[in-house]
Amino acid sequence: MVKKEGEMATIEISCVEVWRQISDYLDDEISPEMRERMEAHFKACAHCTAVLDGTRNVVELVGDGRVFQMPDGFSKRLYKKLQKLP
Amino acid sequence: MSMTQSQLRTNEAELIKSVCAGEREAFYELVRPYERMIYATAISVVRNPADAEEVAQEAVLKAFSHISAFRAEAKFSTWLVQITYNEARMKLKKARPHLYESIDDQQQNEEGDFWPKDYADWRPIPSELLEQKEIRQVVQNAINSLNPSYREVLVLRDVQHLSIKETSTILGISEPNVKTRLHRARLLLRDSLAPGIDGSWIKGQPYRKARAW
Repeated sequence: MVKKEGEMATIEISCVEVWRQISDYLDDEISPEMRERMEAHFKACAHCTAVLDGTRNVVELVGDGRVFQMPDGFSKRLYKKLQKLP
Repeated sequence: MSMTQSQLRTNEAELIKSVCAGEREAFYELVRPYERMIYATAISVVRNPADAEEVAQEAVLKAFSHISAFRAEAKFSTWLVQITYNEARMKLKKARPHLYESIDDQQQNEEGDFWPKDYADWRPIPSELLEQKEIRQVVQNAINSLNPSYREVLVLRDVQHLSIKETSTILGISEPNVKTRLHRARLLLRDSLAPGIDGSWIKGQPYRKARAW
């Protein structure tokens, strides 16, 4: 865990603390202070940056509409079911 | 051009009125934009396309017959997804009661820190990769391998892009709980997908760990 001296008044945080917050960081669910501390950490820590990039990739990958494609004819069959209702 | 949230709601409220007045076509129009959402919700619980389709159909029929129970202050999509979850869980419970019971036991392990397995560097994923069926299958399998309590949150938040609040409403868990589970789900997925993201998924090469923890 290589860490450089934090800039100015930014309080340093550990890698473990960064991992704990990574998901909230991506969702912008953290305080500006925490964001600043994490960003200072990412600048100095290649490992945590790799975890961040990987997690971001995951979010993008699963968020792509193509992952869960409906089977062919799904809409048609659903529509038919509705038509059959008494 | 897409509708604003309030236009959408007004439009949906009109359609719901029509459905209550006996217009079945209006119901189809109401549901159509959410077909994929219903399907994705269903498959995230039952984990196979045939069961997911059956669940989706049952959920839509149930929504139709209970439309008068829909409260205008709720979001129609949230309500639909909730119904779909109930149907999907019921199906799972019927088919595999033992598996279902284990879900609750597993939920107690959310405390404690998650340590990433390795620090493999990921290059950005080329979007064209998802054009390949095998790649989509790999991603689906990785999602399916998650513990159900993580998978459900991940599918609502990251697959369906619902808010933390909506996810919390649908699953009946607190917002901090949504965040904790989502966090865990994302890091677990990263661990399981990182090995192949550099292309070894496709080529079938064994993964070389960048750095063992």
